[in-house]
Amino acid sequence: MRQTWWKIICVALLTYTIIGGILLPVPARFIINESIRNLYFHVPMWFGMILLFTISFVYAIKYLRSGDIKDDFKSVAFIKVGVLFSILGMLTGMEWANYTWGEAWSNDPKQLATAVCMLMYFAYLILRGGMKDEEKRAKLAAVYNIFSFALMVPLLFILPRMVDSLHPGNGGNPGFNAYDLDSQMRLIFYPAVIGWFLLGLWMATLRVRIYYLQHQYENEA
Amino acid sequence: MKLKTSLLFSLLSIIMLLLTHTNSWAQQDVPEMADAMRSNGKIFVVVLVLATIFAGIIIYLIRLDKKITNLEKNNIR
Repeated sequence: MRQTWWKIICVALLTYTIIGGILLPVPARFIINESIRNLYFHVPMWFGMILLFTISFVYAIKYLRSGDIKDDFKSVAFIKVGVLFSILGMLTGMEWANYTWGEAWSNDPKQLATAVCMLMYFAYLILRGGMKDEEKRAKLAAVYNIFSFALMVPLLFILPRMVDSLHPGNGGNPGFNAYDLDSQMRLIFYPAVIGWFLLGLWMATLRVRIYYLQHQYENEA
Repeated sequence: MKLKTSLLFSLLSIIMLLLTHTNSWAQQDVPEMADAMRSNGKIFVVVLVLATIFAGIIIYLIRLDKKITNLEKNNIR
């Protein structure tokens, strides 16, 4: 295993998140009850997705500047793990909403905006899948990636805040205080975000290395 | 190296479990038996299940990582 230290940190943080996240005390709230602990698992999926998409966006720009196919591999690997995180975030969100908001899908502005964002990135993968020529595919995908990133930011950070939403921190509220994040929860929430993000990073680097190997193999054959 | 890290993790999780468990001791006047897994609405069982699944995923990732490292080494040669 190359560079083990951050993988160890990742596992340690996530072990802490799972054990501490369920057993350490949380504030008592009506309706949400113990499900407030989902904050440690559902929200880091979205934070992780945004960070992974951001890294992918950086590599897309890098590819367009350098033309190095390795940057394209990195870009697509981060998108793939980001899409996985978004699917998991959406599913956990719907499960959570089903028992706290009354239904899995309530056309909440953030739900809708996120669904649109997910569709954009699904389209990215379909676009890539439909092209054979490596260089053309990489160039087109990089440009598309930059556009969808530029759309993701208003979709997730601006639009949901301009209208009323069931999500905390929306409907004109500032982002974070409304989470009722007391200092107890922060102790787990921040390590959870870092831990889940590192897990995504690990998965993405594995993907990148497989792409390299494939590329090497195809060039030799 | 691998043994050392896995030992470290198990030690860490045991310490965490002990730390978080102490607050449930002091409350009742019924004799508290050694059945931690059944106390507090059986929440510890859920922790155990989650930890098991998580451990499985991590072991899978580590093995995959090692396999890819091996492939990389062979390719360079």
